[in-house]
Amino acid sequence: MLESVQLLTNQISRMSTDSQQNIHYSPVLEFKSSTFSVPVLVLAGNDVITIEQQLQEKIHQAPEFFKNSPLVFDLQELNKHDLDIDVTELTRVIRKLGLLPIGIRGGVAQQNQQALDLGIPVHSGHIARDGVYAANQSGTGAASTATSSAPPKQQIPEPEPMPEPQTVAAITTMITNPVRSGQRIYASGDLVILAQVSAGAEILAEGNIHVYGSLRGRALAGVQGNTEARIFCSDLQAELISIAGNYKISEDLNTAIFNRPVQIYLQNHTLIIKDI
Amino acid sequence: MARIIVVTSGKGGVGKTTTSAAIAMGLAKKGHKTAVIDFDVGLRNLDLIMGCERRVVYDFVNVINGEASLNQALIRDKNCNQLYILPASQTRDKDALSQEGVGKILDELKRDFKYIVCDSPAGIEKGAHLAMYFADDAFIVTNPEVSSVRDSDRMLGILSSKSRRAEQNEEPIKEYLLLTRYSPERVKLGEMLSVDDVQEILSLHLLGVIPESKSVLNASNSGTPVILDEKSDAGQAYSDVIARYLGEDRPHRFIDDKKGLFGKLFGRK
Repeated sequence: MLESVQLLTNQISRMSTDSQQNIHYSPVLEFKSSTFSVPVLVLAGNDVITIEQQLQEKIHQAPEFFKNSPLVFDLQELNKHDLDIDVTELTRVIRKLGLLPIGIRGGVAQQNQQALDLGIPVHSGHIARDGVYAANQSGTGAASTATSSAPPKQQIPEPEPMPEPQTVAAITTMITNPVRSGQRIYASGDLVILAQVSAGAEILAEGNIHVYGSLRGRALAGVQGNTEARIFCSDLQAELISIAGNYKISEDLNTAIFNRPVQIYLQNHTLIIKDI
Repeated sequence: MARIIVVTSGKGGVGKTTTSAAIAMGLAKKGHKTAVIDFDVGLRNLDLIMGCERRVVYDFVNVINGEASLNQALIRDKNCNQLYILPASQTRDKDALSQEGVGKILDELKRDFKYIVCDSPAGIEKGAHLAMYFADDAFIVTNPEVSSVRDSDRMLGILSSKSRRAEQNEEPIKEYLLLTRYSPERVKLGEMLSVDDVQEILSLHLLGVIPESKSVLNASNSGTPVILDEKSDAGQAYSDVIARYLGEDRPHRFIDDKKGLFGKLFGRK
């Protein structure tokens, strides 16, 4: 099963700053946080040969899409059923098929270490985060053999509990001038607009959108898939509203909610528009 | 300090050239040395409206290409000696204009003139882009109908993001709304957007409302800017616009329906 998730790279950059403590800060570089959409390979079985066969079939359907595509593999389901998998072997197969594994998710300590030894970063999966693995770890960990020859460079960062709101970057973009027809504004965090948004304008944000003027254009919140994002506006006349890809066009909107202050959020894949 | 004014709209046929001619004449009549440039290369019109079409020797493109000096190409207006016209080339297209060339000419004009009025072509392509690029002030000419309003909105977006002032992070272009071809009767019948409707959509400082008027067509045909027709409502409206632009406080006229005799007698609003 393939699904798309966002990879939060501020996590990666934090790790690298830690390991490069003795390098003096130099103005030739800076760390920035950005989000990417990366396919995730969710495994339901641990037979590497079957995985290879089925993966090959998938790739065959869209070779261009998968060619050199980055990939995160997710072992959550396997570990839930106590099925162990040889991460080294799995990585070899993935690479052989032309994909570039860039992360492991939902693995137990042993698997994470194996991945790290292969240069694959560990991403905190949601299950590992809520601690379901604590009980499992000792059992499955003993079964697999660590193949690391190099001395352990660093302890596997224990998947830190990442508070959900942090997935929305803390940067807020503030716009004070009217957003005119044909203009497009993209915010990597929240977007606050203190003026009107004209018909034919487009405002997009990875986080929430606030419009304290008439919203006549298109407003798309949570464009990287954040289903918790909301749109707030003081006068709804929008051509289109969307949260995490769930959209409604003007014609689909009940005219009763027009010209009113409302908030828009997502509930069970349905856009809810409510007075505020 | 010279100011460059662009008269623009996005949409065609709304009255940009009429407005350019009128405001250039209005400013010159007030004693300010003014130049008006036709940026509509290939569709030259301003010379007709200004009534100087038979005196065109060199044009804008000739000056850009160095084939003529600015002084050779500028035509002095026959009604007002403070007003000069730089006509467009009729045989070339917009590609003959370059940002560098336009910038150089405007710099040269700025030394000599108080106001430089740039008559933009319709659209948002090269000609319109270059007309607004160096502007300090923008007169947005809009008709009271939805497509004109939307195109004006689009043009306002371009002014605030693609102009020289925007690119160099200077104080933004001052934008003024000019509502032209306004007919209070038709607004009353619901056939036309009202001043308030347009203001609400564009949220822009209203510099003036020019009523739909026969005098505009007459003025165009005779080659005299309508502002010189002091008896006409459109001419008076343009005079108001100039006065307001220069800082005078004048109440808006021509917005309401003219009261009939019956209305006057009974004080009907």
